[in-house]
Amino acid sequence: MSKAVSALGGVSHKGFVDVAEAGQRGMITVRGDLGSAAMKKAVKAAVGTAVPAPRRIELAGEKGAAWMSPDELLILVPYAEAVATVEVLERALGKEHHLVADVSDARAVFRIKGAKAREVLMKLCPVDFETLAEGEIRRTRAAQVAAAFWKSAPEEYTLVSFRSVAGYVMALLEVSARAGSELNLG
Amino acid sequence: MSTRLQNGGRLIDRAKPLSFTFNGKPVQGYEGDTLASALLGQNRMMVGRSFKYHRPRGLVASGAEEPNGLVGLGEGARFEPNQRLTTTELFGGAVTQSQNHWPSLEFDVGAINDRLARFLPAGFYYKTFMYPRAAWKHVFEPIIRRSAGLGKVPQGRDADRYEYAYAFADLVIVGGGIAGLCAALAAGRQGKRVWLIEQTAHWGGRAVVDGAEIDGKDAETWVRETLQALEGMENVTLRTRTMASGLYDHGYLLAYERVADHTPGDGRPRHRLWRLRAGQVVTATGAIERTLSFAGNDIPGVMLASAVRDYVVNWAVSPGDRTVIVTNNDDAYRTALALLDAGLIVPAVIDARPEARGELPGAVRARGVRVLEGHGVARVKGGKRVTGVSTCIQAGEGAELETIACDAVAMSGGWSPVVHLWSHCGGKLIWDEGGAMFRPDPSRPATGADGAAMVTAIGAANGVLDAAGVLADAHKAAGGKGKAPQATAKPETPVLPVWIMPQGAGPALRAKMWLDPQNDVKVSDVQLAAREGYESVEHTKRYTTLGMATDQGKISNINGLAVLSDALHRPIPETGTTTFRPPYTPISLGAIAGEARGEVFQPLRKTPMHDWHAANGAHWEPVGLWRRVYCYRRPGEGTHDAVNREIRQVRNSVGLLDASTLGKILVSGPDAGRFLDMLYTNMMSTLKIGKCRYGLMCSENGFLSDDGVVVRLNEDTWLCHTTTGGAERIHGWMEDWLQCEWWDWKVYTANVTEQYAQVAIAGPNARKLLEKLGGMDLSKETLAFMEWREGTLGGCRARVHRISFSGELSFEVAVPASEGRAFWEALMAAGEEFAVAPYGTEAMHIMRAEKGFIMIGDETDGTVIPQDLNLEWAISRKKDDYLGKRAQQRSYMASPDRWKLVGLETLDGSVIPDGAYVVADGVNANGQRNVQGRVTSTYYSPTLNKGIAMGLVKHGPDRMGEVVEFPVGDGKVVKARIVDQVFYDKQGEKQNV
Repeated sequence: MSKAVSALGGVSHKGFVDVAEAGQRGMITVRGDLGSAAMKKAVKAAVGTAVPAPRRIELAGEKGAAWMSPDELLILVPYAEAVATVEVLERALGKEHHLVADVSDARAVFRIKGAKAREVLMKLCPVDFETLAEGEIRRTRAAQVAAAFWKSAPEEYTLVSFRSVAGYVMALLEVSARAGSELNLG
Repeated sequence: MSTRLQNGGRLIDRAKPLSFTFNGKPVQGYEGDTLASALLGQNRMMVGRSFKYHRPRGLVASGAEEPNGLVGLGEGARFEPNQRLTTTELFGGAVTQSQNHWPSLEFDVGAINDRLARFLPAGFYYKTFMYPRAAWKHVFEPIIRRSAGLGKVPQGRDADRYEYAYAFADLVIVGGGIAGLCAALAAGRQGKRVWLIEQTAHWGGRAVVDGAEIDGKDAETWVRETLQALEGMENVTLRTRTMASGLYDHGYLLAYERVADHTPGDGRPRHRLWRLRAGQVVTATGAIERTLSFAGNDIPGVMLASAVRDYVVNWAVSPGDRTVIVTNNDDAYRTALALLDAGLIVPAVIDARPEARGELPGAVRARGVRVLEGHGVARVKGGKRVTGVSTCIQAGEGAELETIACDAVAMSGGWSPVVHLWSHCGGKLIWDEGGAMFRPDPSRPATGADGAAMVTAIGAANGVLDAAGVLADAHKAAGGKGKAPQATAKPETPVLPVWIMPQGAGPALRAKMWLDPQNDVKVSDVQLAAREGYESVEHTKRYTTLGMATDQGKISNINGLAVLSDALHRPIPETGTTTFRPPYTPISLGAIAGEARGEVFQPLRKTPMHDWHAANGAHWEPVGLWRRVYCYRRPGEGTHDAVNREIRQVRNSVGLLDASTLGKILVSGPDAGRFLDMLYTNMMSTLKIGKCRYGLMCSENGFLSDDGVVVRLNEDTWLCHTTTGGAERIHGWMEDWLQCEWWDWKVYTANVTEQYAQVAIAGPNARKLLEKLGGMDLSKETLAFMEWREGTLGGCRARVHRISFSGELSFEVAVPASEGRAFWEALMAAGEEFAVAPYGTEAMHIMRAEKGFIMIGDETDGTVIPQDLNLEWAISRKKDDYLGKRAQQRSYMASPDRWKLVGLETLDGSVIPDGAYVVADGVNANGQRNVQGRVTSTYYSPTLNKGIAMGLVKHGPDRMGEVVEFPVGDGKVVKARIVDQVFYDKQGEKQNV
């Protein structure tokens, strides 16, 4: 497993905010009946949180569960725990109709950090940050590719994209965060 | 002459002089100047030449409506043509070039067109098409093409960068004059999220120049205090240098921010395109003054009256010592007062109205200025600069009464509200008889998704031209509480519509009255168009090119349609306006592209091994957004040689292919088998766990859409491999059927394409190589052809499929993408003793063709069904249904006359050109040679040392051994024999070891 590397090897750039590839993260796609007791149990067993409500992300330390669609969740765990967590979920969901898939390696994760972090994303994502609630995950696009992000700290966003376009996303973040291009929205 | 005044200039900072060049000559200005005010301040009135007649052109306006002041700005990678002098802020070191002349602005050969004007009438361009027919191609087109286009095209790459930004607001107010400020204050106090944007660098609009008094303060003070109040509101966003370019459905507003036009090279993005989503839009865009149509109104020195006082008040620039005012309204008298206040001379005010007895004319008279009531300008004297005007009776035919010497003329034909944004989304206009203007019809606004008004026009943009009315209108529209700010200004008497001056002017005068000074459209041109039968204002616009210049007719359109209405003897509202389309003023292509240039022009999808390929001679080919390796070139090796080497390597030893881009879709659930049986033409539900099966997918019209190997992972779960280009499409196709048609089937899918790096290890030494990595038993007995196993291979979690697209002993190994690079390098290291080498997509393509395997996109093109490709073996006869089945039973699909797949072997061993047709006897109805087939794949086979091909040929499989002909151009014909499509190892002995 020591051979496993993230798409960009943790590259980072400093602009008016810091942007960096955040390394590997365990991610598991779960599809099923989000309202079922089995799902509740499975999520609890896997990451210790409740099943997130629509558009919400439930975080518990390094772990979490994010709502992706009416029948899909994204489970977040440390990378090394992904395989074991798949088994936990499979066991808990048992005979319920479901699908569990490890997608940890299909993704790239980025951190956008700084007082004006949102201004970087405002250039790429058609998202209204004023109405973006605490604890909300937003599936959207970053320029021309699919992305999802959430506010992971008071001045930090975590953004997830597909692995194959990690280089593109990093370049977008770098150019959008260049000093002097602040949106100056006060 | 025009000059800089000793005092005043509210926008300039005399402590900060700046220098720049115009046509290579140094010019001095001050910070706060526009290029226009700086040039005027140095007596540079003539700034360009008109498009058609190359007549001298001077500044007419002071803002976005300017038709003449266009220059090439900047140098090299920052050069841009058609930059408007009046809206370009001066910066030190600016390099400007005037346009549309040769050899120089002062002496221009093209000005001969002016002498030829009567041979270049309206619609000249269209008339050249008509007669004589040959003249267009040989005479007119070459000349017109050479003279077409304004300004020089920039060369090379743009040095600047651009970006988008998204924002959302309850209310976007466009225009930072007193109307916009007042509305923003009212809306801001209600807690609404408000954006207030202003296209210039300054707030306050006209009121600060015109000198209104608001709430007992001068306008300048009121604007400053209002801005301070707005800046203190967190819910209000203020942006200058930001022009609302267009309004689209659902409150989508594009706003163009000129971030760094005035500070080029400072590292900031040059422009930013705001993509605003507005709940409501308020247009406080003001009004634009109209010109008057009198003979010689295009001579440099004839300017809009409002522009003249802008230059005096804002930039302390005098357009001339002696300025004659020509007007049909009271407002122009403000210009007279401003000039007088600056110590300049106003020899006369020529007022077309029979009486001018309002307060403003009175104030001007009181300063000793002569007011000529009921008069007009018969003719402006001068060539490259005004020297005087001759007067006449407005009611007459233009008999000259007296000549007044002057060096500038300030004209005002009344005001036209800026209704562009109001109109973009369908807001309608009404003709306001009293104001002689089109203004927004409040009963027919652009509507939003809820059917309610989406846009509200306020202030001058709404046809309210007095400061008190403007503020009341703005306050009310924004739902302001309490009393609106109160303005006091001198009352104005009504405007008199004047479309031609004098009203009885004959042809000679009318041919010198310019409507559109940039494109050279005159009153006589519009009248000619009317005589030639043009009734629609849209047709007349295109025929005469009225308003089609880069200023889009901001000062000329209303005059033009009024002249047209008059020529057609119908009221103006019946003629109507042309369509208002975005952008309001031209925006840069860079802003439209946003950040998308260079590395981020388009997403580039990379496999986990991408960088290894790049470092090892990869010659890339694009496959969708992926880059795949076409072949790996060694030093000194050509592409063709590399491909052949790679094929021999695989056939003789072992090679590696990065197959990570293949689509991989998980399909799981109690109904997954049933679902896949519907999606694929063959049976997938019966596939045993641990086995692989090749499958075909068709559209509901029966055409072959995708193919790939399906793997059964467990009782309920299958993994479907798709083509590289098919991954997202097929996943969407699956979800479409599951969500819209078979919503009650218990099936979930997940696209896990990117979770895995996948490597094909192909060649006689493939097993030996994998055994060296160790960890799994891959013997024939444990892992037979078309089986898969999971395990650990060389320390990586691996799923090994024994499948072959090359015809050799072959394994496709999927490992987690994060381990892909390590796995690949482990294979390269372990394979050293077999001289292992990577191979690219071209070698893969050729090897599959040698084996007679089809390729989606080569053998298929959306019109080919599996039966055409002799793939009946992959179509289940046991199933009641599958997508495409019924279509394939239709008579044309089932016809034995369809072209079918065969192999083609040239008699001389050459390679048939791609796409070549098999000809048949005779010609079709169009006189084209009949055809009976075509090549779908064609290659040189290094394995067989000859050209091989596959193609679709009528009755092909029944014609084995027959020789067919492919004309390949230049009268040459390639002959090929119809053969079995499998050229290599028909029995499959090589892959099954």
